[in-house]
Amino acid sequence: MTGKTRLLPFLLLAVSAAVACSHKPPVTQPAATPGPNQDSINAENARRDSIARADAARRDSIARAQADADKLRNAKDAATKALTQVIYFDFDSDALKDDARSSLDAKITILNANPAVRLRVAGNTDERGSDEYNLALGQRRAASAKRYLTDHGIAGDRIDIISYGEERPVATGHDESSWSQNRRDEFEITAGADQIKGAP
Amino acid sequence: MQLTQRLITCAALAACLGVPARATAQQQDTTRGVRIGLTYQPGTKPGVVVFPVSGAGGDSLQAIVSRDFDYGDRIEVIGGDAVQETARQQAAKNAVDFTIWKSLSAAAVVQISVTGSTAHVNVYDVSAKKVAASHDVPLSGAPNTEDWRMSVHAMADQIERWITGVRGIAATRILYVRGNRIYVIDADGFGEHPVSEPGTVLAPAWSPDGRTIAYSELVRTGWNVVIRDLATGREHSVTTTPGGLNITPAFSPDGQWLCYAHGVENGTDLYMASASGTGAARRVTVGRGSDNVSPTFSPDGARLAFTSGRAGHPEVYTSDVDGSNVALLTPFNFGDQNYRSNPDWSPDGRLIAFQSQLDGRFQIMTITLRDQTVKQLTSEGINEDPTWAPDGRHLAFTSSRTGVKEIFVLDAESGRARQLTHDPGARLAAWSHSTSAP
Repeated sequence: MTGKTRLLPFLLLAVSAAVACSHKPPVTQPAATPGPNQDSINAENARRDSIARADAARRDSIARAQADADKLRNAKDAATKALTQVIYFDFDSDALKDDARSSLDAKITILNANPAVRLRVAGNTDERGSDEYNLALGQRRAASAKRYLTDHGIAGDRIDIISYGEERPVATGHDESSWSQNRRDEFEITAGADQIKGAP
Repeated sequence: MQLTQRLITCAALAACLGVPARATAQQQDTTRGVRIGLTYQPGTKPGVVVFPVSGAGGDSLQAIVSRDFDYGDRIEVIGGDAVQETARQQAAKNAVDFTIWKSLSAAAVVQISVTGSTAHVNVYDVSAKKVAASHDVPLSGAPNTEDWRMSVHAMADQIERWITGVRGIAATRILYVRGNRIYVIDADGFGEHPVSEPGTVLAPAWSPDGRTIAYSELVRTGWNVVIRDLATGREHSVTTTPGGLNITPAFSPDGQWLCYAHGVENGTDLYMASASGTGAARRVTVGRGSDNVSPTFSPDGARLAFTSGRAGHPEVYTSDVDGSNVALLTPFNFGDQNYRSNPDWSPDGRLIAFQSQLDGRFQIMTITLRDQTVKQLTSEGINEDPTWAPDGRHLAFTSSRTGVKEIFVLDAESGRARQLTHDPGARLAAWSHSTSAP
């Protein structure tokens, strides 16, 4: 494109503007202020309502999702807590007491609802007794809990056992209040901890 | 110094030292061979003077030998500055004046001189006024090194045999657990050092030749028995029963077998494997879900003693090594709770040491195999896990008598006890066989 042809549109615009200026528009009285138009008000209100409703719905849905998430998390926490709840034994005994059975029953429900979850049961003893015999006693305590779980339908390969004997006390006193806390099975979730659901 | 003057000095010395006059009849009992003929009688120990030692490391050597005699509890070392001064003069002149030593109730005089890496030992019989034994004994390494100390202990043990007829136990070591490691310590409390990597470790045991140890170690799958060569530090796990609980190893007296406890979900039983811990293991006990742990071999290797909970609480049982002929060893209702465990068969085969609860505390006891006579050896604090010295007379065990757990050594005959370890938390001692068996 040459320089002349590029200038042409601008020249045309300039001419048409000059023409327009030469015709002044007629002066008109301003129109009377229009009264409220009910239709437009209604429309506007409807629009706002609709926005508010959408907002509320969105808020509700967030809250519901939040609540659901909380519920799920609470259920997961509760399930995890129940699964890892410690059970306690009498001196030189691997017999499951009533509260230990209740705790294991709760674990069974959760294990049934969560087939991916695996547990490791660690048997522990108090400081009394022979250090060496206590390793075997701890093993028997862990095996006792495992046997209860497997007797109630939990697959044996989901439950690992180990004994720490008297090597890992939680209470270090030398009296019954410490000893009773140390005669225990601990439960560690070794697989599936992330996806744990509460029992249905 | 005139002879009369010296005699007076020594007589006064004897009075000051409170050395009891000994039965001369006993001292005149001479027997054939190198023995002087002093048979140990309870409450009567032959007095021995150890002369100052000339040559490299002489002072240490004299101190070590004297302490070894003292810890052996069969010899009374006659000491004190005046005695040593007299002994030094006689050693310098190489002339033993028996009259003086007899007046001090000494039965024997031990004279040692070191030339290079050889110790020349003369043991004099004071009553017979003659040399009872004369030997050259090789020493290992430079004075005061660990090897040298052990060779001096071996010499002391040999001299003790010449004097009393019974070999000493100075050239032995004791394994024990403290914190997260297995340690070894010489019988005189020196030379302590760790012999395992850090970990959760328990139940150390010696092979008969003292070159190998076995112990239990916590691993992800449970407990493994680990066998370690002390010289090279090479370790391997026993693989005969993988997984679960593998604890309380014990080597057979001939060094061929390893007996240990294994359990997974149906109680813990004893198993017998080759000493290398490879191949197949043979089950020894049939505990039917109970716990069977802590085996100990009879000295002839034919029998076992072990802790079993088969009757509902821990008791000590014996059986043949193949598991047959099981018998309850501790059937008596003694102690306030039914809990007896951790047997250790004495080297002479007559006794089994074990722990039994009394007033809620474990105490060390022995029981005779022949007629089940029980004897209580300890009463102070909590005392656990006895292990016999090779002389069948001393025991090491865990004691809380100082307020913390330490290893103590007890002379079962005299009741004399000494503290072996001096860092809190020592437990589960295992006394080696003699490291200087002839």
